[in-house]
Parts: sequence; C-alpha cells; structure tokens
Amino acid sequence: MSSPAAPLPWWADYAVLPLMNLLLALLLAALVVLATGSSPLDAMAALVRGAFGSGEAIGYTLYYVTDMIFAGLAVAVAFHAGLFNIGVEGQAYIGGLGAALVCLNLPTLPGWLLAPLAIAAAALFGAGWAWIPAWLQARRGSHIVITTIMFNFIAYSLMVYLLVNVLIAPGQMSPETPPFTPAAALPSMQSLAAGIGLTLAQTPLNAAFLLAIACLLLVWGVIWHTRWGYALRVVGASPRAALYAGIEPGRQVILAMLFSGALAGGIAANEVLGAQHKLLIGFTSGYGFTGIAVALMGRNHPVGILLAAILFGALYQGGAEMAFDLPNVSSDLVIAIQGLVILTTGGMAFLLRPLLVRVLGRA
Amino acid sequence: MPPAVEMRAVDKRFGSVHANQAVDLTVARGHIHGLIGENGAGKSTLMSILYGFYTADSGEILIGGRPTPIPDSHAAIAAGIAMVHQHFMLIDTMSVLENVMLGVEGGSLLSRHTETARADLRRLARDYGLEVDPDALVGSLPVGAQQRVEILKALHRGAEILILDEPTGVLTPQEAADLFRVLGALRAQGKTVLLVTHKLREIMAITDRVSVMRAGRMVGHRDTAATSPAELGELMIGRKLAASLDKVAIVPGATLLEVDGLSVRDAAGVERVRRVSFSVHGGEVVGIAGVSGNGQAELMEALAGMRPVSAGVIRVGGQPATGASPAAMRRMGLAHVPEDRLRTGLVPSFSARESAMLGYQDTPAYGHGAMLDWPAIDRHTRGLMQGFDVRPALPRLRTANFSGGNQQKLILAREVERRPRVLLVGQPTRGVDIGGIDFIHRRILAMRETGSAVLLVSVELDEILRLSDRILVMSGGEIVGEVRPDEADERRLGLMMAGIAA
Repeated sequence: MSSPAAPLPWWADYAVLPLMNLLLALLLAALVVLATGSSPLDAMAALVRGAFGSGEAIGYTLYYVTDMIFAGLAVAVAFHAGLFNIGVEGQAYIGGLGAALVCLNLPTLPGWLLAPLAIAAAALFGAGWAWIPAWLQARRGSHIVITTIMFNFIAYSLMVYLLVNVLIAPGQMSPETPPFTPAAALPSMQSLAAGIGLTLAQTPLNAAFLLAIACLLLVWGVIWHTRWGYALRVVGASPRAALYAGIEPGRQVILAMLFSGALAGGIAANEVLGAQHKLLIGFTSGYGFTGIAVALMGRNHPVGILLAAILFGALYQGGAEMAFDLPNVSSDLVIAIQGLVILTTGGMAFLLRPLLVRVLGRA
Repeated sequence: MPPAVEMRAVDKRFGSVHANQAVDLTVARGHIHGLIGENGAGKSTLMSILYGFYTADSGEILIGGRPTPIPDSHAAIAAGIAMVHQHFMLIDTMSVLENVMLGVEGGSLLSRHTETARADLRRLARDYGLEVDPDALVGSLPVGAQQRVEILKALHRGAEILILDEPTGVLTPQEAADLFRVLGALRAQGKTVLLVTHKLREIMAITDRVSVMRAGRMVGHRDTAATSPAELGELMIGRKLAASLDKVAIVPGATLLEVDGLSVRDAAGVERVRRVSFSVHGGEVVGIAGVSGNGQAELMEALAGMRPVSAGVIRVGGQPATGASPAAMRRMGLAHVPEDRLRTGLVPSFSARESAMLGYQDTPAYGHGAMLDWPAIDRHTRGLMQGFDVRPALPRLRTANFSGGNQQKLILAREVERRPRVLLVGQPTRGVDIGGIDFIHRRILAMRETGSAVLLVSVELDEILRLSDRILVMSGGEIVGEVRPDEADERRLGLMMAGIAA
C-alpha cells in the first residue's frame, strides 16, 4: 500500500508532492537559520520581500527566472532523448562568446539586425559546443555525462584565455571585452513597458525574458507535437524500440544536443546582450547547473519548468536580500538553503511519496 | 504420511482474468510431480501463490498437513519451499559460493559462514550430483550450470519442496538430461519436486504423478505410469487442434521473402545464424520451430533490418533487401511483430496512441509536414483498437496499463493494417491469455488468406503446428529440416529441435 510506485492522482504527483517537498526544504532551512541565532520567520519574510516585495524586486527575480528557464529547458530537451546534459553551463558560456564576436565585429549594423544576429550566434555557439560531446556519444560511445562535465572545464579555460589575452579591452585590468555598441543591447523591460505607457522600476530584466517564454512554448510544441519530438522521445524512452521503428538513435542524440545547446545560448542572450552589454569572466554564475534542478523539479515539462524557474529565481534574488537584511545570515547560508531545496525537490523527490500514498489511500 | 503440499480451492483473479478457479493440488512427499498446461493455463499463477509471490483471493494451503498461510516469499522459504525461476535470479559478477550465501550470510562477518557454506556445497555436490566450481564467476558459467547454482541456493536454504518453472526452456538436450539426473537424485533423498512445464516428453520421462491445468482450472490428475502423452495432450488442449481452426486451402503465390545463405553474427562476433536459406510465398505461413536461443531471434532481427547481416542475401518481394534499414524494410512492405513486446514492439511509458504509431511515425496521415495531428492519430488508434478488440479502447491510456494480450493485439493491428507483403511474427502469444491466443491466431491466418507471406517464430510447438503450412526446424543457428504439419508430431519435431536427425 505504501509502495513508492503506487499510482496517485495526477494532481498529487504534480502539485501536492512538489509542494510538500518545498515545505520540507523550508522547514530544514528554518532549523539552519535558527541555529545561526536568527528568527526563521524574519528570514522567510526577508526572503519573500526580497523576491516579490516591490516592482524592483520582482524585476530582478524575473531576470534570474529568465536564466533558469533557458537552463531548465536545455536540460529537459536532452533528457527527453535520454541524455543527461551536465554541460549547459559551458554551452551558455561559449554562447556568450558567439554573441560577443558578432557584437564586436559588426558594430555598424542597425540594432534590429544586430541583436537578433547576436542571439542567433549565441544559440549557434551553444549548439556547437554541445555538438562535440553529442558526436562523441553518438558515434564513438563516449558517455555524455562525462564529456559534458569535461567540456565545462574546457569552456572555462578557453574563455579565460580569450578574455585575458585576446578579447580584453585595451588598457584595462579586468578581463572583459569593451562594451558593445548600444545598438546591440536587447531592449530593457522598462523601455518596452514605457512604449505601452507603463512605468517599471529600473532592473536588468530585458527582452530575453519574452524570448524565454517563447522558448517554453517552442519546446512544448517540438517535443509533443512534431514527428521529430516523437522520434526523440522514443530514443529517450527505449533505444531498442527506436531501432525497431527505424529511428536512428545517433542522429537523434546529435539533434537533441544541438537543440539543448542552442537553448543554453539563451542564458548568454539574457546576461551578455540583455544585462551586461559586454562579455565578462564567469557570467554564467552556475545557472547551467541550477538548470538541472529546475528541469528535475519541473518534471521536464515546460509548465513545471516555468514554476520551478520562478522558485529558483526567487531564491536567488530573495536570498541575496535576506543576507543583506539579517546580520547573522551570510550569503553562504543562502546557498545552503538553495541546496536544501535542490535536495528535497530533486534528489529526494520521492521521499514523502509513500506517506502521501498512505494518506490519500485512506481517504 | 501427510502430503508435502496440499492446495485446496485456490482462487485468483487479475481484473477480468480468472487465472485460477477453485484449483486443488495434492503433491506427495518424495515425488516428482508434474504440472502441465498451455501457456496462460494458470500454472505460473498457481505456483506464484504457493511461493508467496501472489496471495490467493480464497482457498487454503497445507504444507506437511498443517495449514500454512504464505503471504510472501519469506514465509515460503520458512515453510521449506523454494522456486527455481525460468529467468535466474543470480548475480553474474559474483562467484557461485557468494551467490549461494547471498541473503543467508548468518552475520556481518563473512569468513565464518564461508567455510560452512563451502562444506555444504561439497555435501550437496556429493549427494545430488550438483557439481559446480564454487569459486567460478556465475556470469562465466553455461546456462545449465547456472541453473544448478539456483538449485544449490534452494537446497542450501534447507528447501524440502522445490518448484521448477519451465526449467528446460533454456537448456540444451544434454543439459536437460543432467537436470533430470539431479531431479532423480533429489527424489531419492526424499525431496519433493514440482515441475512446471508444457512439454509432454519431460512429464513422461521423469514425473511420478501429473496434474493438468486448462484455462485456469485443474482438469485432471494422473499417475504418470497409467497415462499417455495422447491423453495428457487432450486434457491440456481440450479439443482437437486441427478442427479448431479452419484453414482455407490456398495455392501459394509468388515468392515474397527469399533468404539465401544468410549468416548473422552477434555483437561478440559469435555466429548465431549459419548459412540459412528458405523462401516464403504469398498465402503461406512458414513456422520456425526450435528451442529458444538457437538463432531464431537473430534471424528475425536480421530480416527486419535491425541487425547487420554477415553473409548471404535477403529479397523482399523480389527486390534485394540485404542490409536495408528497418525503415527501408517497412517501405518494401515488410512488417514485424517482434518477440520482445515491451522492450521492442512498444514503449511502455507512452500512451497507446503513441505506441500505435511506432515505426510509422512518418506516415503522412499522422500529420502535416513536421507536425503531428493528434486528433487524426486518436481516430486512427481507436479504429485499430476496435478492429482488433483491444480493451480498454482508450488511445490515451498508458501502454503499460494494458494486459499482455491487449498490447500484443495493438502491435498486430498496427503491423497488419497496411497489408504488408511479408509479415514477421515472433512469439505472438507469449504471456497472452487463452482468449487472446485464439484471436491472434485467427488474425495471423487472415493475413495468409489475403496473400501475405507470414514467417512465424515460436517456441510453442502447438502454435507452430496449428498455424503453419510448412515447418522449418532450427537448431544451433542452422535449419536442420523441413516438415509438413500433417506429417509432424511433437516427438519428431522434438528430436529435430534437439539437433538429433529427423
């Protein structure tokens, strides 16, 4: 009766269980906050206020949500083809290189052409960086988990070399490119809102957020409503059935990873083109890894990914504010809380399921 | 002396399937007791109840005369009952000794028990002729030796009653003879053996008494010495086979599948199919009989384009098809009902409509360009389900939630609806209930009547005899003979399958 595989109504699996996991994480986090000598209630209030308490807070939160959506989608698309893409971080990083090369080399182009071209370059470079491990997996059998992890390190080293030795703005100390031409910047959300007569707070939130929402729809359409998405899911669910059905698994592995890497490039669009307007060291800040938790918690479905991305975006933004507000709470503690959420919603996602089965079975 | 096992009025339902209906079974101590019946007759269910894998809805089990409830396999082991499964429950990377000790280590320190276990293995080898090197890795042993390890495991746990489920299905004739010798030794030492099989030969060769099941009921108990294969066969099948299916006489048409000198190697480079040649004409069912594992599966996969061909030629409808991909084979009019339904023929985690388009995902009717048209696929799937009586007829239900028979009907529906020139069918009724078997057989014969060339592989001789116009016998990767069903009997086919001359 309490078997973890026992069937539950869909709403229990997709809504109640994730909420229970989240509450468990918050409970554990409360104990940690209590141990540092602060009030968990104050901390929670500070976190929520920091994430949603003002227009500015919401703007920042959605700016992080943008990264989380792209990262979560990138992981999810690969996952549907049975691949665990740990390399979203590196693919996003190299995607930034693509965007920067376009912006720095074609500064005379008009903005309406330059910005889309730079986004396309980010996607193309991200896809290209994913293609190498994909090819190695499909044609040489190298395990994609190992190679994508390795390619993160290669991306780091390559970017440090390029930013320190090649792309660095002349006469300056920090390893970053010169600022791009203003025409290359993605329009900020406040300027877009101003266009329709709304006044928004000054935040880094930009048009990449709308692109992320569009990508949620795109992934939903491709995975569940195209012949290609079907083939990709067959490969992910049963490689033998794919062979039987005349679907070549290697080809699907490569295509899925190209799609995944291109989505990772969206992080570069948000950060490099939308917020920083230049390429700098480590702009991906680990979003690619958080994307694994987002996809896991969102069950690899765009709706779930959107909800999970909002949660993690709020934790990023609200956590930073909480560390600022409460003297005993350091930014390390915020990372610990994020870790707890990942643990309960991802790694131990089914911990409470037998309990839920028992409760609902009795009802 | 009370009987070793007594089952009284055991009843078990799975949803709409009444797998066991008021079944009685009495097994005398120190006997080898046979339990026979066709696939799906309820033998495995009954034994699973005795072993505690399922619990009966009603009925009683007495072990050694005492009522003994068996809610799980721990209770079964405590009652001295052990089961040797058809698929071994062994760990390949551990030694024989470690496998035997697994679960009965008797403490957290291994060294003490290792010595007792080793001594016990020596004793068992002496008493029962169960010779296995205790330090050999299980994965490196031949199948027959692995089965001995399973028996050793049971005896080491103090089993008095041994259930063997289709033990010879995976064995060579030599290994089967060894097994029977061991069973004889077990009987001589007073152990009780329950032998579950559908092979009459084995029943006649080794058992003292036999119980026959059909369609969930116990239909008779006989002393082996006082019965005959003919009587048992009739009890088991309950009807004359040939009379039950009216096969229309058909003059075979053009050669639609032609195989010439075909050889297939597996991934390890072992030649699994050796220079096989045959042809199948339109309007003809050719059955391939053989003990499972003699190259039939590899032959089918090669014909379906799923496995590379190392030598020889395949022609489909007269066109060269050697080395063609599965998709190309389908385009040439070859359809394939694979023997491994859940891993190959369907995707269990997909909805039924998604499984119903597997292999035909590029069909124009299923969408426009790159997009899929789900309403059209739904309609199509519902049509397939109605045409083949797939229940429940819900295109969006998860494939895994259908019974084995309904899954198989869905695959068959999908593969025959485009009127293939060649239909490959592997083990079409494995794990399918009685009603489903009859339905599937009729549909396969319907394909023959509409002029398709059907190649059937099955380990069920009844099935082969029932459906085929010609029977090829495969052994050791080669076709060792061809017979007509009217001149074939179990004995003759059995000898050929064992690789002994026809």
